Amino acid sequence: MKPEELLYAPTHEWVFLSDGPDGKIATLGVSAFAVEQLSDLVFIDLPEVGQTLKAGASFGEIESVKSVSDLYTPVAGEVLEVNSGLADALDTINDDPHGAGWLIKIKVSDDAGLANLLDFAAYQKQCQEAQ
Amino acid sequence: MVDFSGWSMPVQYHSIVEEHQATRTRAGLFDVSHMGRLRFSGAGAGAFLDRLVTRRVDNLAAGKIRYALIVNESGGVLDDVLVYRLADPTGTPYFAMVVNAGNRQKIMAWIDSQLSGFDAAYVDETPTTAMLAVQGPHAIEMVDPLLAAPLAKLGYYTGIWTEILGAPCVLSRTGYTGEDGCEITVAADAAENVWTEILKRGASLGAKAAGLGARDTLRLEAAMPLYGHELTEQIDPYQAGLGFAVNLTGREFVGREALQALKNRADAPRRVGLEMLGRRIPREHFPVQADGAVVGEITSGTFSPTLQKPIAMAYLPPALAHEGAEVEVQIRNRLEPARVVKLPFYSRS
Repeated sequence: MKPEELLYAPTHEWVFLSDGPDGKIATLGVSAFAVEQLSDLVFIDLPEVGQTLKAGASFGEIESVKSVSDLYTPVAGEVLEVNSGLADALDTINDDPHGAGWLIKIKVSDDAGLANLLDFAAYQKQCQEAQ
Repeated sequence: MVDFSGWSMPVQYHSIVEEHQATRTRAGLFDVSHMGRLRFSGAGAGAFLDRLVTRRVDNLAAGKIRYALIVNESGGVLDDVLVYRLADPTGTPYFAMVVNAGNRQKIMAWIDSQLSGFDAAYVDETPTTAMLAVQGPHAIEMVDPLLAAPLAKLGYYTGIWTEILGAPCVLSRTGYTGEDGCEITVAADAAENVWTEILKRGASLGAKAAGLGARDTLRLEAAMPLYGHELTEQIDPYQAGLGFAVNLTGREFVGREALQALKNRADAPRRVGLEMLGRRIPREHFPVQADGAVVGEITSGTFSPTLQKPIAMAYLPPALAHEGAEVEVQIRNRLEPARVVKLPFYSRS
């Protein structure tokens, strides 16, 4: 996925929306900026398929040598798919954070949280200011 | 960049793990100018320092360096330090001491409170000098060509005055990584050139600049205590496993009586190494449990790039302070299994 086509949470998760057979599907990942900041990933904790997530809730955590961060979902819904191979291949997140390094897919039940997301330009601006 | 005891320092230049591996297998260059550097003068300096620290230092021959502790009257650790006896460029011997950055002001105040009656004085050379550490299997061959005196001949824990790239420097075979290497103290205005040249010449050997992050993972693998973590005023040297750095025999020093009494205490928690069975990193202050009860806490933890698993140090009751003891670390509301292992986690072969 192209970084320009994604939406970003201020907490550095990215969201890609697509149409499923019965409603919207949100794919979530961690931005390349956040992955670079964390560097040296050692652990990721992701939810189970079928779990229901509330908007704004933590759905897991990502840990590097330097620090640990919670992962938040901006949308509510049921977890459809989890990129379960990541736990043993954390380099995938480093190598392709916006593609093969995706984390989970959610069947969206409430997308009100999307209003708080940033487009690529606004997110880049936030990242520059953080540095 | 982070604030570290008032110094703005890089946690990493590239990646903590890359810098760590470079130091273990090739060489790492560290800016350790934050360390406090005190230079002593006066005929009574040796006698004074001998009264100040837990180990005999007044008998140090010129060129020798000794690790020691400064403890308070109750035997609590105020700092861990290196005491240097150096011959200055004219050959005159003097004492110097390197203290932890976070303790520099405290130790200077402590020294001031203890100095009376001794023919001794000191100057804080921290602001006017810089200190670089070159560590790793290629460290010596990297630095040697830049020096006026051959570093290869310098023994471990010895130091000399020489010149690096024409700048006068104190060169010592010391470090805080568990690797061979050296530390170089130069005038602050010469430091940038020395740094740049070492890195330039080290590039072909795979040397890397390394930050505070790698310094921490390296010293943790080598089980070297870090003040504020494994060492505090509430910890005595014996608990910390630093009995080798205390000499009670035939000498007087501040805290001696307290340490004599603490020496054979059987009930004090002891510093241990922990290896995690899972992937999550136990970090400072995380509680350690055994049989459902909190028995201690993590003082430092990280992911060991050498062992490829999370490691930590903690203080545990004597009953659990043995190899193979099984405990759990509370990591964000989950209990993760851990095992007590022998320290250090890593030692250079």
